[in-house]
Amino acid sequence: MSAQDLTESRLDPNLAVVDEICAAGEPWAKLVKKGHILRIVDLEGNQAVDTLFFNAARSVERYSATDTIRRQNRLYLTTGSKLYSNLSNVMLTIVADTCGRHDTLGGACAAESNTVRYALDTYPMHSCRDSFLHALAHDPVCEQLGLTKRDLPSNINFFMNVPVTEAGGLEFVDGVSAPGKYVEMRAEMDVVVLISNCPQLNNPCNGYNPTPIRLLVWNPTAA
Amino acid sequence: MEQQHTHIWEERIPGGCHWSGIVRRGTTLRLTDVEGGANAAVLFYNQEEKLERYNMADTLKSQHTFRLTKGHAFHSDMGRIFCCMTADTIGWHDTVCGMSDAGLIQQQYGVARYQEHRNQMFRSGLDGMLIELGKWGLGVRDVVSNVNFFSKVTATATGKLVFHIGNSKAGDYVDLSFEMDTLMVLSAAPHPLDPADTYRPGPVSLAASTTLPMAAEACARIAENMRGLHNTRRLYACGRGAA
Repeated sequence: MSAQDLTESRLDPNLAVVDEICAAGEPWAKLVKKGHILRIVDLEGNQAVDTLFFNAARSVERYSATDTIRRQNRLYLTTGSKLYSNLSNVMLTIVADTCGRHDTLGGACAAESNTVRYALDTYPMHSCRDSFLHALAHDPVCEQLGLTKRDLPSNINFFMNVPVTEAGGLEFVDGVSAPGKYVEMRAEMDVVVLISNCPQLNNPCNGYNPTPIRLLVWNPTAA
Repeated sequence: MEQQHTHIWEERIPGGCHWSGIVRRGTTLRLTDVEGGANAAVLFYNQEEKLERYNMADTLKSQHTFRLTKGHAFHSDMGRIFCCMTADTIGWHDTVCGMSDAGLIQQQYGVARYQEHRNQMFRSGLDGMLIELGKWGLGVRDVVSNVNFFSKVTATATGKLVFHIGNSKAGDYVDLSFEMDTLMVLSAAPHPLDPADTYRPGPVSLAASTTLPMAAEACARIAENMRGLHNTRRLYACGRGAA
């Protein structure tokens, strides 16, 4: 991941149509129209942002980790990566990235998997799946699509570093991200983005200290 | 001291075809690559509550592995274990590349319809999976990242994927010892990264037998699997004879 792989954006935050903060451990959902640009900012560094995308017109079409991986022959995401749906369509394209690597394999933490990964008594700890399910129960954008647990496939973890070795090892390691790093993507169809700002305290994916993120959306034809 | 398996049933799935069925806990299923070069795309669901399903991420991160082999367990999204891989003559099975779909099959191999080719028609991994899922009231929403038994895909330091031709030879097999009553769905179409230019997916045979005592010990050296097995046994615990 050399510096020349990083691509900065020229978009001006003052012209964004959405500019919101998602607090540590909370979900965030939004409709992002085709052609609009979504930026996720890791405000304080080393914050995993668990993210799913759904076709806003037909939610049975959703982000697919396996299609995204195998169609590009790549495990990690960065500028130029396309985010494919389960129906073979490009949902979004990453157009800027100052972090350099984002994860497709780590999935979301859940109360149940926490008991397996860390200790049986971690069940009450807050988790990404709880945030996703909270959003599905409360957020009007999710409600309109009629989403349930059944609609939660493998997600992207922006800013998370899960290196895979040629010998087949896989570890969660300290992030490659840092305060102010961001990733930006252009929607290629109307999408609903569903985020869990990860509350995991048991591994280094959030530097053991979950922090807020900033979310901006631009309409390039208006900006 | 070789212990005797009790044979229950067997089934042969021609290359490109698909299968689904319930595999009970206490059963060991042997998947054999009959002719070499087969791929078996597989998904697991809890037979009692099919919202509980195989989870690629939980399986990989709980065991700190990218490849699946003997000693690994297949984790559900509810902190439980469908089955443990208790034997493996191959050493590497993929779980991140998904399935071939109709577009890929057509682009890579051309078109072979039923009308002209009868049961030698070209079928895709995803279409076979969806047909089998449909038999159980499941569909597109239930398709998650699957296992590709017999196929090896490695990643370079930059994350570029490499498909290994000839990973599995004629007669190679894996044993899956089931800890849950599981709906298993299998599609034996080509792996999506298989570069072959002729459509010739190999047949897969399934052979079910009773699980030998202590078989799950193969997965128990991983502490996460011990906790997953603990959660699994609680699902089946009852007043008498609780695990």
